[in-house]
Amino acid sequence: MNRRYVQAKWQLSEGVLEPTVFELGEIEKGGVVVAKVEDELRREVGELEDLIPRDLQRGAIGLPGLTEPEVARHYSHLAQMNYGVDSGPYWLGSCTMKYTPKVVMKLESHQSLRNAHPYAPEETVQGILEVLYELQKMLSSITGLPKFTLQPAAGAHGELVGALIIRKRFLDLGERRDEILIPESAHGSNFASAAMAGFKVVRIPPSEEGTVDMGALRAAISERTAGMMITNPNTLGIFESDILEIADLLHSNGSYLYYDGANLNAIMGWVRLSDMGVDLAHLNIHKTFSAPHGGGGPGAGAVGVIEELADYLPVPLIVREGDTYRLDYDLPKSIGRVRMFHGNIGVLVKAWGYLKLLGSEGVRLSSGIAVLNANYVRKRLMDMGFEVPYGKDRPCKHEFVISLSKFRREYGVRALDFAKALMDRGVHPPTMYFPPIVQEAFMMEPTESDSLEELDAYVNAMGELADLARRDPDDLLSAPKNTAIGRIDDSFANKRLWLSWKIYKEREDS
Amino acid sequence: MPMPAEGLIPNASDPIISEMLNYLGINKLEDLFSDVPGSILMNEPTEIGKPLTQSEVEALYNEKLEKNVSVKLSFMGGGLADHYVPPLVDELVTNQEFYSSYTPYQPEISQGILQALFEYQSLMAELLGMDVVNASLYDYASALGEAGRFSVRVTKRKKILLASTTHPERKAVLKTYMEPLDVQIVEINREAGGEISLDELSANMDEDVGMVYLETPNFFGVVERKIEDAADMVHSKEALLVVGTDPLLAGIVKPPGELGADVVIGEGQHLGGYMSYGGPSLGIFAVKKSFRHIRQLPGRLIGMTKTVDKMYRGYTMVLQTREQHIRQEEATSNITTNSSLMAVRAAIYLALLGPDGIRSVAEKILYNTEYLKRKLGSLPCFNIQFKGSLHFKEIPVVSEVSWSEVNSWLLRNGILGAFQVSKLFPDVDPTGKLGLLSTTEKHRLADLDLLLGLMREVCS
Repeated sequence: MNRRYVQAKWQLSEGVLEPTVFELGEIEKGGVVVAKVEDELRREVGELEDLIPRDLQRGAIGLPGLTEPEVARHYSHLAQMNYGVDSGPYWLGSCTMKYTPKVVMKLESHQSLRNAHPYAPEETVQGILEVLYELQKMLSSITGLPKFTLQPAAGAHGELVGALIIRKRFLDLGERRDEILIPESAHGSNFASAAMAGFKVVRIPPSEEGTVDMGALRAAISERTAGMMITNPNTLGIFESDILEIADLLHSNGSYLYYDGANLNAIMGWVRLSDMGVDLAHLNIHKTFSAPHGGGGPGAGAVGVIEELADYLPVPLIVREGDTYRLDYDLPKSIGRVRMFHGNIGVLVKAWGYLKLLGSEGVRLSSGIAVLNANYVRKRLMDMGFEVPYGKDRPCKHEFVISLSKFRREYGVRALDFAKALMDRGVHPPTMYFPPIVQEAFMMEPTESDSLEELDAYVNAMGELADLARRDPDDLLSAPKNTAIGRIDDSFANKRLWLSWKIYKEREDS
Repeated sequence: MPMPAEGLIPNASDPIISEMLNYLGINKLEDLFSDVPGSILMNEPTEIGKPLTQSEVEALYNEKLEKNVSVKLSFMGGGLADHYVPPLVDELVTNQEFYSSYTPYQPEISQGILQALFEYQSLMAELLGMDVVNASLYDYASALGEAGRFSVRVTKRKKILLASTTHPERKAVLKTYMEPLDVQIVEINREAGGEISLDELSANMDEDVGMVYLETPNFFGVVERKIEDAADMVHSKEALLVVGTDPLLAGIVKPPGELGADVVIGEGQHLGGYMSYGGPSLGIFAVKKSFRHIRQLPGRLIGMTKTVDKMYRGYTMVLQTREQHIRQEEATSNITTNSSLMAVRAAIYLALLGPDGIRSVAEKILYNTEYLKRKLGSLPCFNIQFKGSLHFKEIPVVSEVSWSEVNSWLLRNGILGAFQVSKLFPDVDPTGKLGLLSTTEKHRLADLDLLLGLMREVCS
């Protein structure tokens, strides 16, 4: 039988599911007082009027006043109207939605970490520094890149660091290199990060196989090329088998090879980045290393570099001296800082725990099974007639891309409609319409966290939908039916721009 | 015995692997890597070590963290302080539906996180007196970097005036973010009282200036009392006034949005987050409802909308055409993963505390600050810098006793003492005498007296 899912749905009034907090509580009055000025302290210090001039005092605060049980229920209702990795398969391509081991979750809540001030003397935080230092070493071991910073708050933040390092390096060398090469199929953040660092982006079109077109690459490389940003396997899930030649071309031109680690889950423990000729890379701690995605963040984007670029990393670096650990701020060539303090430590310790849990063999096994799962699903979908536009004659890595354009052409059913209907079948849809070089794309990344039964259930759901598209396309076009809410009107949202409760109320009243 | 990793990977058992390989018509996992040049395929495993069991991981971690020196009270300032986190906040964000989901690209199955983020945007807008708050940036400093880039996009001008009293790490981040844009940054000095010098601001305001930035409270804990005057000056030259703030200050002092700020940024970690050695953090970015500004916002935005059949109110991401996954190098920012769960923390915190709770926390911090200022200032070896000004949370203390002596004495008594400014920022305080203490709502009067007693002792 085909699996079904009915999401929880709270509806407390006409046309509204869960009301907003502003509708639940009286505005400008009430709330839970968690701390207050003691009478004695007030007597000692005096009246507020004596501290803050009246015209500078806060007037009404437009927050709602609720009680603790009301807040608890409200956000519990909202949680129930959301889908997470522990709910079921969540195959967002290039996002690596793997399961977070709960022992790993627990590490951030250690009192000694939670209460640690970022400027606390180093001798009082040796434990934290040791954990972070060990994490750097483990990331070095996986990538072959000797030096790491843990400061960047996310993958794109790491890309910015990488691009700035390349920029600073050439400024120091006195070379004017203002171009970064990026394959057309790359993650959108690559283009944006390169541009933020002041580079002109030069796009490399794909070959017929979906990999970097070597002819186009050769033609694009010039004395202006500072480097290339690449993800390998690429966003089609295809390993760039020419990677050594790509690296050689760049290196012989004096350019650097940057690796976008979003897809590292395909090759962790199988290929070292340094062996591919990578000079610098960011790793997504919240993807590959099991820290959860937090509904969009916080993540962490560790950046690793070869020795030649180590002096350019952001300050401070975590270093070891004998048996003690300290923060090194003395990096005259550093690009500077990209955020305050030392990074999203509560996220980073999870990667430490995850790698300790996996060990060397577990790291390799994780990627191996992630790739096995992806190949299994891809073949099953191909056997059902789904179209894999690129690389179908070779193994894929941890993800792959199918095109649903046939369904659009023949039955008027788009990838979007497939996605909506998948939700009714208890799975989170894959990344849609990416990469742009594939029409009606579904970019699917089953991680190592899904069982064979889950893989089969997903594939069966796809089969059911393909069948439905032929028989009863309207059924797909009206999906989803079992989620908390039916299809959302995005263009209405972009016209109205109700970006806060305040704006909504004003426009509704006018 | 299966290794611990196998307990995390459902298909890792030999029979299942064989069945799947068989279906694929291959013999071993290695065959799936046949497209990787043989010369780079690893033969020996990485050097991460043997896998540990869950209990071993926890034990090892606890053993390492025991090397930290635990304190019972933290009074250290410098940008983060030890706030009280209501247990309800922790409880609710441990819902896996919140923490394990990702960016809500599919709104119908993600209404929960979308509404929670919409509420964050709305609650924060109310608190700061602004209209539109994005769904989060990384932290306060990167929000300043984004504000600088925002000002260039909006005004097309390449000069920024920056209050010299800005936190040095935020200055550094702004510099990093602006360097590729070739933007000139000019520092505006402070008056004797620690607030920005309006005379100097006025003297430097010209038509090239796109953005003026000041913080309240600033690095020295001083609350700016003349933001409205600064706003008039800035607006007379059609530049943007960007104000950095501690959102808790708005519980008791008129918020920047009511004082003429065009953009408000700040650190939201104070609202229901832990220090955690610096992060995860929460970058706040707020603007007024000028369409021109909203179009140029960095980061994600959640909007309220309706279902296609117009029967229900719902939520979805809006103005995605500003973002990197669509606009690539033309995007307003490269930000992708942000700090959503921290924004959900802040939303729950603000919803729980409400107007009375927020006011009460802010008042407690203000009273604690004032109490410590007066008592410390009356001790013979300590002076309060900018004594006559209004301070909030952070207290700049000039000590005649070496800070290392004071701090080790406090540490021996279970207290984390001042942040000695010269340790990291010798330019800001070449004397070595300046320390930043902070106090929060977590500190009871008895805690303040304990600190004062110890500091009195070190003085005698």
